[in-house]
Amino acid sequence: MWKWLHSYADPEKAYNLSSKLLPWFSLLALLFISVGTIWGLMFAPTDYQQGDSYRIIFIHVPAASMSMAAYMGMATAAFIGLVWQIKAADWVAASIAPIGAVITFIALFTGATWGKPMWGTWWVWDARLTAELVLLFLYLGVISLYASFEDKVLAARAAGILAIVGVINIPIIKYSVDWWSSLHQPSTIKITEKSSMSSEMLYPLLINIVGFGLMIGAITIVRFKSEILARNGMRPWVRALAKQEGVS
Amino acid sequence: MQRGISYTQSFFTLLQRDLRIAVRHRGDIFNPLLFFIMVVTLFPLGVGPEPQMLSRIAPGIIWVAALLASMLSLERLFKADFMDGSLEQMLLSPQPLPILVLAKVIAHWLLTGVPLILIAPLLAVLLNLEQNSYGALMATLALGTPVLSLLGAIGVALTVGLRKGGVLLSLLILPLYIPVLIFATSAIDAAGMNLNYGGQLAIIAAMLVGSLVLAPFAIGASLRVSTN
Repeated sequence: MWKWLHSYADPEKAYNLSSKLLPWFSLLALLFISVGTIWGLMFAPTDYQQGDSYRIIFIHVPAASMSMAAYMGMATAAFIGLVWQIKAADWVAASIAPIGAVITFIALFTGATWGKPMWGTWWVWDARLTAELVLLFLYLGVISLYASFEDKVLAARAAGILAIVGVINIPIIKYSVDWWSSLHQPSTIKITEKSSMSSEMLYPLLINIVGFGLMIGAITIVRFKSEILARNGMRPWVRALAKQEGVS
Repeated sequence: MQRGISYTQSFFTLLQRDLRIAVRHRGDIFNPLLFFIMVVTLFPLGVGPEPQMLSRIAPGIIWVAALLASMLSLERLFKADFMDGSLEQMLLSPQPLPILVLAKVIAHWLLTGVPLILIAPLLAVLLNLEQNSYGALMATLALGTPVLSLLGAIGVALTVGLRKGGVLLSLLILPLYIPVLIFATSAIDAAGMNLNYGGQLAIIAAMLVGSLVLAPFAIGASLRVSTN
């Protein structure tokens, strides 16, 4: 099993594997997201309290839950890259970071637009919002650290260390922010509890969560492929590929 | 392999060296302190001099100023050693790197953290802090500033080789400082209301112990990346 996995540390094999996986990920992501979104936006019942404006949940919740998952994925890849010195894993981490940042931003943005009609303000210093904002800062730190090194091998390693440090800190930050907001703010605001959700709302939501995960996977693969090509431009197989595609 | 000197010896040798260098460049000690005082002085000018308001926001102001001062002073932590090559010698030496970086971080804390703790009560007087909060202020600063130095050193170690590390540094380490800020200010607030603040102190102490154990390894790994 390990031996089989190790062969994919080779950039060429990793590239070929990602080329094979990419259509599956993108088609499934498209399928899931369109089913989930159309079901959620058009056929799911209207919420008796929030009316139709609750429907942004079908974008907001998948984005928010995937923002954390993407960070974990990035940190896991960075850890593998750091411990077993597999460059391909470093590239995966580098390709996830901007995607995660965008997903986090989408979660914050949809949260704000949802908050405006529901709570009457764009932003409250609620624990979850604050933790999500800090997560965005962590992503931006990883991205800008990666961008500021000339040597991309070092850049990936430095960004990897930061991602791992961030992972140790995420639970601490999350916990402290929870605690802080319960001190400073009585819980006047409650987002609809998940358990109270009817299944006609829950299923499209779950489908969209899976769809967002697949979409992140697909975009990661695209970025990973270009990262491999950018780092291995001098290798014969990349040149052969370029010739085959008619560039060069 | 012959290491020459013991861990303790190497730790104290480096600690002494850093302290001696700093004493000969006194500006390095005083500049962060002056920055701390200046930032705290700006707040009453910005938000108005009403004593009630100042005493309400005093813990936050002092702690935010302490975070910024610690971050600014940290920038110099590895810079000089990196420029003149002695950092590379430390990396090459047979001594374990985490012990050496721990010595450097502790030297840095003694030079910038301790003066900050000593001057904080004076600034608290200026900001009209609650009478019963002084103990909590000193205790949180004493436990919290070493955490700031340890966590910040990771960011500094990652950016030491870069030309424009300064702005990046704030983005890297300020999010990591958030838990310390939250618990420290809430401990001071609790003390101001005559409540028990032992819980918050215990959590800051736990963060101190955790970062004391883990951060030197992260700093060492980052230095190896930066000096490559």
